[in-house]
Amino acid sequence: MMEWPILSFLIWLPIMGGLGVLIVGDRYGARQAALLLAAIAFLLSLPLYFAYDAAAGTMQFTETFSWIDALGVHVNYDLGVDGVSIALILLNTFMTLLVLTASWDSVKERVDQYMAAFLIMEGLVNGVFMARDALLFYVFFEGMLIPLFLILGVWGGAQRIHATIKYFIYTFAGSVFLLVSLIYLYTQTSNGSFFLPDLYALTNLSENAQMLVFLSFLVAFGVKVPLWPLHTWLPEAYSQAPTGGSVMLAAISVKVGGYAFYRLAMPIVPEASHDWALLVVSLSLVAIVYMSLLALVQTNLKKLVAYSSVAHMGFVTLGFFLVFKLQGLAFVDANTSGSILAVQGAMIQMVSHGFVAGALFLAVGMLFERMQTVEISAYQGITSRMPLFAAFFMLFAMANVGLPGTSGFVGEFFVILASAKAHFWVAFIAATTLILGAAYTLWAVKRVLFGEVNSSEVNKLNDLNRREFAILAVLALAILGLGWWPEPLTRLMEGSIREWMMIVSPSDLMPVVKGSS
Amino acid sequence: MAAFEIARPEIFLLAALCVVLLLDLFLGKESRVITYLATQASLLTTILLVYSSFFNRPDKTVGLDGMYMVDEMAGVLKIAILLISILAFACARKYLRDQDMWRGEFFVLGMSAILGMLIMVSGYHLLVLYLGLELLSLSMYALVAMRRDDAQATEAAIKYFVLGAVASGFLLYGMSMLYGISGSLELNTIREYFTNQPDIATNLPLMFALTFIVAGLAFKLGVVPFHMWLPDVYQGTPTAVTLFLSSAPKIAVFALVIRLMAEALEPAQSAWSQMIILLALLSIGLGNILALAQNNLKRLFAYSAISHMGFMLMGIVMNTHVGHSAAMFYILLYAMMSAGAFAMLILLGRKGYEVSQLEDLKGLSGRHPWFALMFLLLLFSMAGIPPTAGFYAKFAVIEAVVQAKFVWAAVFMVVMSVVGAFYYLRIIKVMYFDKPNDQPPIEADMDIRILVSANGLLMILLGIFPGVLMGICDLALIASRL
Repeated sequence: MMEWPILSFLIWLPIMGGLGVLIVGDRYGARQAALLLAAIAFLLSLPLYFAYDAAAGTMQFTETFSWIDALGVHVNYDLGVDGVSIALILLNTFMTLLVLTASWDSVKERVDQYMAAFLIMEGLVNGVFMARDALLFYVFFEGMLIPLFLILGVWGGAQRIHATIKYFIYTFAGSVFLLVSLIYLYTQTSNGSFFLPDLYALTNLSENAQMLVFLSFLVAFGVKVPLWPLHTWLPEAYSQAPTGGSVMLAAISVKVGGYAFYRLAMPIVPEASHDWALLVVSLSLVAIVYMSLLALVQTNLKKLVAYSSVAHMGFVTLGFFLVFKLQGLAFVDANTSGSILAVQGAMIQMVSHGFVAGALFLAVGMLFERMQTVEISAYQGITSRMPLFAAFFMLFAMANVGLPGTSGFVGEFFVILASAKAHFWVAFIAATTLILGAAYTLWAVKRVLFGEVNSSEVNKLNDLNRREFAILAVLALAILGLGWWPEPLTRLMEGSIREWMMIVSPSDLMPVVKGSS
Repeated sequence: MAAFEIARPEIFLLAALCVVLLLDLFLGKESRVITYLATQASLLTTILLVYSSFFNRPDKTVGLDGMYMVDEMAGVLKIAILLISILAFACARKYLRDQDMWRGEFFVLGMSAILGMLIMVSGYHLLVLYLGLELLSLSMYALVAMRRDDAQATEAAIKYFVLGAVASGFLLYGMSMLYGISGSLELNTIREYFTNQPDIATNLPLMFALTFIVAGLAFKLGVVPFHMWLPDVYQGTPTAVTLFLSSAPKIAVFALVIRLMAEALEPAQSAWSQMIILLALLSIGLGNILALAQNNLKRLFAYSAISHMGFMLMGIVMNTHVGHSAAMFYILLYAMMSAGAFAMLILLGRKGYEVSQLEDLKGLSGRHPWFALMFLLLLFSMAGIPPTAGFYAKFAVIEAVVQAKFVWAAVFMVVMSVVGAFYYLRIIKVMYFDKPNDQPPIEADMDIRILVSANGLLMILLGIFPGVLMGICDLALIASRL
């Protein structure tokens, strides 16, 4: 493939750059340097898309070095990407670039540290999406917490400390079980390795061990996604985070949870995943409905977007775990298109949610910069003062509802379609989001954008400046582009998802599945 | 002469100690820096002696009529002890000057404590081990009491002395019973004797001896339920002494535990492992929970030390090569982290002012972003969050525990490390999220700044390349047959 280690570049360039920004400090244009680095990282990630052989769907651009070789542990620095990773890496580099642009004026204190934290986080998240070794994955997965913790705690809102520590402890508590599970799995491999394909190939796990390993995965990744009822850190963290922090949480950090289900949980313990699929499907459905209802009653715009974001992530886990309900059918029809559709839908939903939630948080952040509040009641009729903003906000709201033509539609539609094949009621409950989502989104839009202007502060609002316009316009293009023409994305991922299906659906499981379906 | 070859670094250190003691008599307060430099120079020379003469050997070498022994593990541990002592003395120079305690005794007593530690690492005879331990302890009692006119320091010293003496008594009593059973004081012979005993698990006198030995060692390590002295001593002691006390001696006690339990009493492993597992798990639990309530940083680190010792013991008690190496890796990293944390407190102090309470760190990142970052790395490392080195220490121990099929213990350990993360986060919260009250500048020389920075950066470098130190521990213990 390519001669030079492009994946390592994508990890280490932002991290080293971030450290450089930190050392140089504020004096010599931390903003410009950080933006330049983020732009380079984004440009570097583009060749991945074009050079990746999507039809093969295998791991490509692989890099392997021996990393730890002591105490009987053999861990390699093993990187590689498939179509799904590439989509998420692109999302990550793209959103980081936008967030750094958006924070140009809004961050005034300790600019160098802020920029450095985002760059380091970008590198670590890229590492999560590239790691092919479970320990390496864990290191990146946990390491991400440090910059996020600082971003939330240093630049957040008034109740940031409670929110930040809660967030950290939740995620850390979730992931320590993951660590024990990974070590346990490692002791079960014949050659003592953390290499993911070796873990996929494990067949000697007892039923109990599988179940415990799966549950630990569920807790670790469920906190990240977040899955109901592990979501309680989220509304606080989202609403207290600075704009950039909320965007990164919503657009990137939660995707790591979804991706981890795809890369670790389901392929490593497919039998247990199959047995517990109903639980995850139900939790996802609860998230979709209950979080939508909660969003309906929020008076704080950021919290509203936060709850709606949990509801939308419900589609991701729903899509993944539907696979097991569909495999039974697949066995009967001898074609797996239904399950491919579900996973495709979940993946598109991840990318689309990155754009939509990111855009909404950025838009809310722009309001916050002007008025220093995100209470819905403080706003009314801002259309007359900020027509451009209102137009964009309307578009993002529609994407959040899942209007056809926006990216929000594609993913949810795929998942609902797939769930209809699995079970009528699953599809029915999932589809209520279309009504509930419309209700809370449109109601919020009505209260914020329309009506009489009745406060002098709203009257003094200025419309978007050029930088803000550019950011929102790029996101709007992305959302519409993905909505009208999702094929580049689906083509990128399809081969990889097929490969993945081969691992997740062990053949000896099929008769059992047939019986239960 | 050739017989003494084996103890060359120790003999040199003893000679240097006498020279420094005499030298200091002729120096006034202004020129006392010469004492300091002479001390550091002798420590550096001792490192070179350890490195050149007793390193890279494939097996154990026993000498001095079977009383003294060197192997790879001893070499690595001695160098670690000496390096950390150099850091401790460099920090002590600033602290002693700031606090008006600039006296030569610190360095002389410190050197004799180091001599005791080196003997503990290499002793292969119950009495030699005990003498090393006592040399260390007696020097430490005096160091803790260095601030004579301070009631808290005196209380700490008396507590430390009384409890330490009781612990030494326990240990000595246990050792005498071992001698009574096996008829020998040499670790080799004791091991051989017990290997040939048929029903070791029901040997009542041996159980008696083991109980006393484990209790004595637990006192010295400060693990629950023999931990009561630790927080008070840490708090009452001058910070420079706390730094020294909390880092290098832990390595020496690790060596003592390995020599006694994993080498001499290895055949009786089934008898002592249950006792130690219980103590270790209790320490991990109680240490972490009690640390939550502390506002005094030194007390907080004392409780955190208790839990770290529990982690380390879990590695030893697995009694596998992986477990021993993991424990060694853990103790080396812990000594670095603990030394780094106290060095940070010293660095931030100045004339007539000590950093001791949590709120003294308020807004540190706004005042001194670089050192706040270094402290952050140390704290995340103590909490065991990757990509810092502390994670791999926890990882290695947990790996050993899971391999030995103690998965439930591993789960308990990680749950407790979540509890532990909370109080480290509290410190970070104060440093990063709170606004500073005042803006005191840092008054420190370049040497301590560099050492503290190097210590912090090492946490991240060893986090990115953990294989280096792990490999050293691994190979050293392979060569030492452990």
